[in-house]
Order: sequence, then structure tokens, then C-alpha cells
Amino acid sequence: MQFDLRFAIGTMFTLLGVILVAYGIVSDSAIYANTSLGININLYWGFVLLAFGLFMLYLAISARGKAKRKP
Amino acid sequence: MQLIHLGKIDYAILFIYFGFILSIGWILKRYVKGATDFFLSGRSIPAWVTGLAFLSANLGAQEVVGMAASGAKYGIMTSHFYWVGAIPAMVFLAIFMMPFYYGSKARSVPEYLKMRFDEKTRGLNACTFAVMTVFSSGISMHVFALLLGKLLHWDYNMSIAVSGVIVLVYILLGGLTCAIYNEVLQFFLIVFGFAPLVMLAMKHVGGWDSLKQQLEPVATSNGFAAGAWTHSWQYLGSPTENPMGVGWFGLVFGLGFVLSFGYWCTDFLVVQRAMAANSMSAARRTPLIAAFPKMLFPALVILPGLVAIAMVQGGDHFLPYVNGDPKLGLDYNMTIPMMLVRFFPSGMLGVGFTALMASFMSGMAGNVTAFNTVWTYDLYQSYVAPGRTDAHYLWMGRCATVVGIIISAGCAYLAASFGNIMDMLQLVFSFVNAPLFATFLLGMFWRRSTGHGAFCGLLCGTIGAAIFHGLSLANGDLPGIKGGWIDPYFTFNSEMGQNFYMAMAAWTSCFVLTIVISLATKRTKTDDELRGLVYSLTKKPETAHDPWYEQPVTLGIIVLACTLVLNIIFW
Repeated sequence: MQFDLRFAIGTMFTLLGVILVAYGIVSDSAIYANTSLGININLYWGFVLLAFGLFMLYLAISARGKAKRKP
Repeated sequence: MQLIHLGKIDYAILFIYFGFILSIGWILKRYVKGATDFFLSGRSIPAWVTGLAFLSANLGAQEVVGMAASGAKYGIMTSHFYWVGAIPAMVFLAIFMMPFYYGSKARSVPEYLKMRFDEKTRGLNACTFAVMTVFSSGISMHVFALLLGKLLHWDYNMSIAVSGVIVLVYILLGGLTCAIYNEVLQFFLIVFGFAPLVMLAMKHVGGWDSLKQQLEPVATSNGFAAGAWTHSWQYLGSPTENPMGVGWFGLVFGLGFVLSFGYWCTDFLVVQRAMAANSMSAARRTPLIAAFPKMLFPALVILPGLVAIAMVQGGDHFLPYVNGDPKLGLDYNMTIPMMLVRFFPSGMLGVGFTALMASFMSGMAGNVTAFNTVWTYDLYQSYVAPGRTDAHYLWMGRCATVVGIIISAGCAYLAASFGNIMDMLQLVFSFVNAPLFATFLLGMFWRRSTGHGAFCGLLCGTIGAAIFHGLSLANGDLPGIKGGWIDPYFTFNSEMGQNFYMAMAAWTSCFVLTIVISLATKRTKTDDELRGLVYSLTKKPETAHDPWYEQPVTLGIIVLACTLVLNIIFW
């Protein structure tokens, strides 16, 4: 395959995850009371996105490592 | 009043997404060396990517927004569009039809028709398909601009320009590969953008059992049995018993067989994704890999609609009225956007909103890539300028992309000034699409069917659909664009029911006529010429040595079994 899409997906979701987690930490908890039932959804879902992003990056990097060892 | 207030962080997330799709185009640019790379991705994409793109190409915003609206209007019966109206056809495509599409090396669905039947059948299909794709992408653009106008007060022209330019740039750069990659990105965005919405919404109403109870007054106040919103099959005995106004026969044959197989098995927009796969096995697995998430998508797109209607019933008036006028009723198409506003704080709102934008753009991009391929290979190369160099066709494909998007934008403006034109066009498209599957079925499984038979069958199926439409009318509609313009001889409980029976009429007339005319005309293609194009003359792809999870038949059986279980759970 020419270009591993998992790199792009991984990078984007890692970035989004970091942004959400950071925003979840600094944001005023009042904004969650009116919307997300008082749950700091930015923080929690930010971690989910981050985990998914890192997992995709791991897959992409390990596939690249294998391809290098093989030829 | 502006309905969504996006903060700086939400815009930042939106721009990150735009940045990513454009940079994927830029990275892929250097891999586009010829027309094959541009139109077919050089047949080099792994199955999981084509599979998710196959799903996403169909998951335009009209689908996301529309399915939630249907969830509110009709309840869990909306899931029939997935479990009856998609999964069986996807499995059929994978197991029976993909070997011909991929194995014949056809570059498009119309080209398969040319190989199997003749030039005129291909011409008919290519022309109607090309017109339909640019118009659909225009309608998509129009809906996008309207929604952004309502939500954010964005200017109509600006919304059209933004969506058009972004899609244009990434397709010009990376061709089909880029469209496919972005569709996969969009798939994950939708899943990760809407999953927390569903979780919060379900928590808000107190879980599934509590939601079921809250939906009972919704059903009874509309004059149906208490469980009408939470059972998918139980009230299908008669069209008067359920909010969709359809019976099981119309649903199973009209939607589950004619419409669903006609769309999933013959529409080049989705089939193109599978054709870009890197091997026969990957091409056959493409629709199956798509079928697993497709099966679960009702949870993401229909459930929010159910929760929304339960909340409205409970006195939470967060849905706006159509055009702000209480007399016109609630605007169900605003279900998803308003749920995003209701449950997401700044931050997550950006992710959810970006997912919605992404679904618009990939829906458009899907149409544009299908259009440029059919135009270049099936119309330009066949009739206008055959025998040119590969570079010339690549250039033509890029021109077709630009022109296609300009025509789409034109259609969007047309729709904005004359709303009825679009209803009219969509009606004509439904006439054209309804008989298609009969032609493919006979073409692939009956070697005796001829080009004349297929061509006349298609035309007559389309005319049959139009005549049926002229003779039928849904209760409460006036004769005219809704039907009954000859004489409202058949009446239906709903437009949906009318539509299902119209599809059956079109399919049957095409099927019967193709057989009759084929028998009356001489075969023009020998068995040798049909090898690889017709089931009985084609060697079955060898899969016995593949592991079970790569065997289409095994995967197909698993998908069907899971779908059956879901149907039983929500019976």
C-alpha cells in the first residue's frame, strides 16, 4: 500500500483527543451542567479519542517496522 | 435566531479536520500517475479501507439527518432501512455479484453492461447515472447550505463555495483514493462524534426500558397501539397499524428486494469503492466489512430520533418548528443538530458538528468521483474521443471533476429558487432506478438474455414506474407530483407504501419484458464472450485456502445471522 491511512487517522484523533482533554481540564464545570448532564464529557471522551488515535498510530508504526524487516 | 453557537475551540476542531482532508489530498498527489490511479485507485486499496468507504459513501448527511428524523416520526421501524433494506443486498453483492464486477475488469458499472449486453444499454445507464450523480450532489450541497444557514447563519453562497471548493481540491489532488481515504476518516468521526451523544441521550431518558415507556404515549397519541414506536415487525400486518403506513409485503419485496438490491448491487457510487480493492478477495469482502457496522448504525442514527420524540412528548420543547411556524409541525430534520446543541458542551460540540459536516462532504465527493469516472470512461472515451492517451483521460477526469462540481452548484441554486424542480427530478430518478436490478439479475444469471431485451426492459421498467405513479396516490395527497396524475386508481396509506409498490411494478415490468424480448431476439454474444460475465459460465473464485474470516460466504452467513437476531430482539 502506498500510504498508510492509519497514520492520518491516528494523528488526527490523537490531536483531537489532546485538545478535548486539555479543554476538559481547563474549562469551567458550569458548561457541563446545562448540557452533558454534569458529566465532563470533553475530558472523558477526549481520553477515548486519544486512546483510539494512539492505537491507530501503533498499528501503523508496527506495520511499517515489519515491512522494513521483511524485504 | 442562531441555533448553534460554536466557540473558538469548536472552530479549531473543524479547521483541523479540513486541514487533514486537504493534506491527505496533497500527500496522495504524487501517487496519481495515470488515469487508473485517479479513477480506480490503481486497484490497490486494502479491504478494511474500501469496506468502511463503501459504508461512508452511502452515509451522506441526508442519511444521517433523515434517519434520525424518521426515527422520531416512525420509531424503530426505521431500522428496516438497514436490516431489511441494506444487509441482505450487501451480502448478495459480495457473494454473487462482485466476482463479475471485479473479475470482468470493467472499470465501471455501465462498462459491465457494455461487456454483458451492448453499447446502447451502457449508453442509457451511463447517461442517466451521470445526470443523477451531479443532481444528487447538487441536492446535497443545497441541503448543506440551508442547514448551515439555519444553524449558524452562514451565507448560502459561502456554504456552497466552501463545500464545493474543499471537495474539488481534494478530488483533483488525490482522485478516488483521496475520496475513499476521507470517507474512512468520516466514518470514524461519525462513530466517535455520535456515540457519546447517544450515551448521554440514553442516560438522560433513563435507559432503554424507560425510553420504551416514554414512547408509549407518543404512539397512543398518534392513534397507534402502545408499542408501535418500539417494535419493528409486530405492527406490519396491516398498513393502518403502523406510523409508516406500509404492510409487510410491500416492505419485504418493495424495499427489501427491489429498492435495496437495486441500490446496493448496481449503483456505481458504492460499487466503485469495492472495485478499487486490491484483490478479488478484498473486493468481495468490501460489502461484508461494511455490513457489520451498517447493522449497528441504527443505534447511532435512529436512537437519537427516538429519544428526541420522547423528550418532546415529555414537555422538553427543544425541536424548532418547520420555518418557525407552529402550524407546520415540528422540524424533525433538525433532530440531530438540536440534539448536538442540547447535549454537547463546547469542545464535543465541535467534534459532533464536524462529523455532520464530514458526512455532507463525503456524500458529495462520492457522487463526484462516480460522475467523473462514468463521464470519462463511458461517455467521453466511448463516444467523443476514443483512443487518446492515458494522460489525456486523466486530464479529462480532472476537467470532469471541476465541471461536475460547477453543475452541482448550479443545481443547488436551481433547487434554492424552485424547490419543486428537485422533487420532480428525484421522482424521475426513482423511475429510472427501480427496474435496474431486474436487468442485472437476468444479465448475470441467465445467459440467454440479450442486449435488445435488456435495453427495452430498462426503458419499459422506467415507463412502468411512471405509469404506476400516475395511477396511484397516497391518502391525503392531491393528484399531481405526488402521483395520481392519470387517475388515482390505487390508494396507499402513505407515500412510502406507494413508493414500494411502484418499485415492484417497475421491477416486474422490466423483468418480464427483458425475458420476452430476449427470447424473441437472437443472441449476439457467444458463451465464450460471456465467460466471466455470467454466473453459469464463470469459474467460482477459489476461497477454500483462505482463513474463515476472509471467506465471503462464511462472513455473509455471520452477518445475516446477526441481523436476524437484531430483528428478533426488536420484533
